[in-house]
Amino acid sequence: MQRFINNPDEVVEDTVKGFVKAHADIVRLGSNPRVIAARHAPVSGKVGVITGGGSGHEPAFVGYTGRNMLDAVAVGELFSSPTAKSFLDAAREANGGKGVVCLYGNYAGDNMNVKMAVKLAAKEGITIATVVANDDVCSAGPDEREKRRGVAGEIFMWKCAGAKAQQGASLEDVQATAQRAIDNCRSIGVGLGPCTLPAVGHPNFLIEPGTMEVGIGHHGEPGVRVEPLKSAAEIAQQMVRIVLDDHDLSAGTEVAVLVSGLGATPVNELYILHGTIEQEITGRGLAIYKTYIGNYFTSLEMVGATLTVMALDAELKRLLDVDVDCPARL
Amino acid sequence: MQQFDNASAGDIVLSIADRIIENRAYLSEIDGKIGDGDHGVNMAKGFGMAAERIRGNDMSLATAFDTLGTVLMTEIGGSMGPLYGVMFTQFAETIEKSPSIDARIFSAMLTGGLDSIQAIGSAKVGDKTLLDTLVPAIEAFDGANAEGKPFPEALDTLVVAAEKGRDGTKDLVARIGRASRLGERSLGVLDAGATSCALILKALALGAKEKLQQSATASD
Repeated sequence: MQRFINNPDEVVEDTVKGFVKAHADIVRLGSNPRVIAARHAPVSGKVGVITGGGSGHEPAFVGYTGRNMLDAVAVGELFSSPTAKSFLDAAREANGGKGVVCLYGNYAGDNMNVKMAVKLAAKEGITIATVVANDDVCSAGPDEREKRRGVAGEIFMWKCAGAKAQQGASLEDVQATAQRAIDNCRSIGVGLGPCTLPAVGHPNFLIEPGTMEVGIGHHGEPGVRVEPLKSAAEIAQQMVRIVLDDHDLSAGTEVAVLVSGLGATPVNELYILHGTIEQEITGRGLAIYKTYIGNYFTSLEMVGATLTVMALDAELKRLLDVDVDCPARL
Repeated sequence: MQQFDNASAGDIVLSIADRIIENRAYLSEIDGKIGDGDHGVNMAKGFGMAAERIRGNDMSLATAFDTLGTVLMTEIGGSMGPLYGVMFTQFAETIEKSPSIDARIFSAMLTGGLDSIQAIGSAKVGDKTLLDTLVPAIEAFDGANAEGKPFPEALDTLVVAAEKGRDGTKDLVARIGRASRLGERSLGVLDAGATSCALILKALALGAKEKLQQSATASD
């Protein structure tokens, strides 16, 4: 393994340590060392906005903590859900007396731990409303959307909900905005190379050279099919087709586009993909309102990229335009 | 009466922890085939931390289970932390008011643990999870009791059924959790949770049998 690691069992501790040192102007370590909170949190009278997830997806989840974004984030082991206690402690750090929304991805562990945290928080008078992201189109069919995983669409959900909360909206309204944001998102991943958990020491799946895995998940969950590796233009066309075929958008709809690397793909290749993605999306009569290209939501050193398309309405556009101040670039 | 003292049985939980820690690499290896390969690492971490808190403190079985369950729930995330966490804390709650453990309370304890798992998870028998070990094990134990078999013999039946259930997960397609994304590709591989559950139940049954033997000798 060619990796910058001290001790494979302390990767998360070391990551958090460096992260807090680097971004001390925006974030602080919670009283639970597995919680990152915004320096300003909690804000009295504002709905708290939190998330949580496994580590290894940086800058997600912690990098989206900050002003007009997330108030606190529960930090899990690599690719493993945070504990119920960490979700609870994140809610405590974020609670300004108007309740907390927990906006997280649809994974078995996160579902259980959040469910337990909601119960524990209720006992101490903190109401947690939840929204579960399920934007990953290939993880289940259109008739089983509730089974789909949450991926990079979560960033749009956090951004819209964070801005909405900042405007003083009620818990119900922030929750509804987050739900609408994620309902308007569709994502797909394409994997070209696997990733390795340092404590395991070898890749847990393989992608044969010369092939690509279409529909791969954020932890290397297998995609819908393995195909011969094609040109960037052909892959981009395929990604747009899969995402938009699942999304019934009328011509003229404005969209936000996010192309994220999975960790080991050079950013220039994301631009190469986007050259065709833009052409394909506008070719279908849609208008691109905002574009985000970079490593927004990674999977350790996986080679690959994800595409997220979010359909916008007037309010979502306004919320997306609100400036944020968080360690990740947005 | 076939029963053992709750107050002096906390060390059963230490032997459960020992089995899990011994199998750290093995559990990660089978998890790596269809999961992400961290089951053994996370389980050994949680059970090891609990063992440190239990060792030398002369705990009752109920207190030791509560210690283990609390550590798993608060320190170990993922799916296994909450699932085993609620199971062990429910074990503790079911038996905490019983000075001695007989087959009836032992059954109530297992069933309570199962119910608490099903209350937070959504898996069913046949989904290739720890339930494929736990459910048949409890059924076998209850069946043996209904037939009037002695407590130690019913514990043997439980272990056989647990291991049979574990082995049966090889022939199942994962329907929940990370392995479910593999569909048919999960066939032919043991489920890591079902495997750790069999280790836990076997260590628990052997520990209980040992306690029964000791209390039988003591009352002779």
